[in-house]
Formats: sequence, structure tokens, C-alpha cells
Amino acid sequence: MEISLTVNGTEHTTDVPDNSLLVEIIRERLNLTGTHVGCDTSQCGACTIHMDGRSVKSCTVLAGQADGADITTIEGIGTVDALHPMQEAFRENHALQCGFCTPGMIMSAIDLVENGKPLDERSVREGLEGNLCRCTGYHNIVKAVLDAQDKM
Amino acid sequence: MYRFNYHKPDDMDAAQQMMADAEDGVYLSGGMTLIPTLKARLASPTDVIDLSGLALSGIELADDSLTIGALTLHSEVAAGNEISSLSNLALAIGDAQVRNRGTIGGSIANSDPGADYPAAVVALGATINTTAGAIDADDFFQGLFETALKPGAIVTSVTFPLPVRAAYEKFPNPASRYAVVGVMVAETNGGVRVGVTGAGPCAYRQRNFEQALADNFSVAALDGLEVDYAEFNSDIHASAEYRGHLVGVMARRAVAQIT
Repeated sequence: MEISLTVNGTEHTTDVPDNSLLVEIIRERLNLTGTHVGCDTSQCGACTIHMDGRSVKSCTVLAGQADGADITTIEGIGTVDALHPMQEAFRENHALQCGFCTPGMIMSAIDLVENGKPLDERSVREGLEGNLCRCTGYHNIVKAVLDAQDKM
Repeated sequence: MYRFNYHKPDDMDAAQQMMADAEDGVYLSGGMTLIPTLKARLASPTDVIDLSGLALSGIELADDSLTIGALTLHSEVAAGNEISSLSNLALAIGDAQVRNRGTIGGSIANSDPGADYPAAVVALGATINTTAGAIDADDFFQGLFETALKPGAIVTSVTFPLPVRAAYEKFPNPASRYAVVGVMVAETNGGVRVGVTGAGPCAYRQRNFEQALADNFSVAALDGLEVDYAEFNSDIHASAEYRGHLVGVMARRAVAQIT
């Protein structure tokens, strides 16, 4: 089937198998490999992207469901020269160790700051419940999100 | 993932026709349960019929009830409405990303024993509106992943009568946030109702709690009441006996919230 979706501001029309997942289209068709697949069972959140402005796990969305959607991936939020404030805050606060969970963490954290109430430590931890860091580096991630909140 | 045909109908009639034509069809709502189920090959339908193109979203307040469209997201219910216990329940489902995709209609139609919404449907005495007529909460949940929904019918909305007071408490699985046990206690215009999810094969009413609370709406009224856990779920997360214990604990916490 043919689907059209806007990814990081660029419209793409592509023919995909009925059973494709959104994350497969993002990574394998569009070669945007910043979005990671960690568990593929909707647990870890490494595949988190924004679909029409809200964080979703792209491993648990069928490509057909994303037809007509506006998608933003980690590649679409900043550039190497001008990082997004959330990326900058992760860098400043050493909020990553191995870095595998980081794209998903950042996409979730941006949604949390942009669409939620003012955050404190507890609400950041609750808000990032759908993102797992197996280096268990949560402490600095929470610090980074609180730091970025003031700069976004 | 294994192969299936994907359909996205524009209207209700087309959706039901696609279901009728499919060899082994399944409706897809938010997909937060169905897609992982497909990946794990626990279900293998020939056709997946995506309902997201139907206009079934939104929250509508009437004089004495709140009607929530079947495709309304958990995050939309969690954002706040006239039934605060329902918003709190929605806010405790899964995680943020799940709440941004999962829908009330999907949750209810699936009748997962660990889903949160069924406790509210039962406790608030809701009506489930479907393309094949309205179904009373007391008749809807019939067993493990089993409901009174007619084959091929679609849940269109759920109507919740506004309670006098209500509260939901759950003991979440620490990883998945599914309810190991969840209890909603509600004082409704039709009396006190206690809805339990997570414990048994599907959501049900804890009648002896209801009677005790009708006489005396207090935490102490629940002291010493027995919960028959013979048919309860027993798995690596909790034994049936432990779930039986949790029903009492969660009910007392819910009553404490609103007294």
C-alpha cells in the first residue's frame, strides 16, 4: 500500500507492505537511524518519536496508521551546530552513558516539557516511565530535563 | 512481523463490511495491546481493520453523565474532566507514550484482566454504546478477553453517569503498570458500587464490599470482609491469594481517598 507522511518537514510517499511498522519505515526506508529499536515489545521507549506533536513508540505503530501524519525524529530537532536545548542539556549534565536510549529519552522529554505542567524531579521520573536506560543513568537524565525546562 | 492485510475504512458501515468480508478480521484501535500481540504471534488475523478514520473521539458532558468516544486517547481523558477519579485512572495507565495512542474503546473491548478502565466501567455503572446497541456494564465483561460485544460490532462510546464521589486505587505491576489489582469505589445515584480489575479473569463487582459500604461508608466497614480468590489469576507477579488480599487493601485506600 502507498502511504504519505511528513518526516522532519519533508513529505515522503512510499509503497510499503501492509504489515510494516512505522519504525521500519523511518530506519530502513528513510535511513533515519537515530531512532533506535531496543526491545521491539513496547517497553523500552528507545524508538520514541513525535507523531502529530505527541510522543509515541514507533515500534508499536503500523505504517498505515501513520499515513498522513506529521512525524519528528531525533534528527529533526536540532543540528550539530545548533543543538536543541534538550540535547544541549543532556550534553551539559552528562545525561548519557552508552547513549542507546538517548534519542527516545530526548523525544519523550521534549513532549513532557512542551505539553505538560511545570516539572519537578518526581514528575520527570513519572513522565519518563516509558523510557528505560539500562546503564541506569536516570539521575543525570532527570537533572538534564529539569535544566532544559528553563531553556525551552 | 507475519503478514496480514491492513484496511483503514472511512466510515462505520465500511468498517463492518470489511470485517464481514474478512476470513479472520480484527479491529485495530490504538494498537497498544493488539500490535504487541501480533508481534508475539499470540493472534494471527488475516485482516487488520484500523478504526482510526472513524469520528469516534471526544468527551461530551450532559446533565448527569459524561460520554467518552471510543477512540478518545487515555491522555485526553487524563487531561481532566468532570469525573476526576476517571482522569486519575487514565493518568495511571501504562506510560506517556502508551497514553498517547491507547483508547478507551480498545481497552474495554479487549477486556484484558489487567486493564484499568473496566474497573471504572463496572464501578460507575457505565453504558457501553456499540453499533449493535447499548450494553450495561454489569453484562459487558464476561471473562478473560471476553465481552458481550456482538461479533463484528464496534464500541462507539462509553457513557458514565456522574458519581457522587469515586476513587480508584491500583497496585501496579512495577514494570508494565498494568493493574495487579485495581479497585474503584463509587457512591453513585444507584448506590455504592465497587469495581475490581486485575484480580479475576475480568472486571467484576465486589458485592459484599458494596453492602458494607452502603451501611457505613468508611474504611473500617471493610475490616474483616472476605474475598473469595478461588478463581483469581495466579502468575509470576502475584498468587491468587495475594490478589485476594490486595482487593481489600486497594478498596480501603480508595475509600480513604474520599472520606
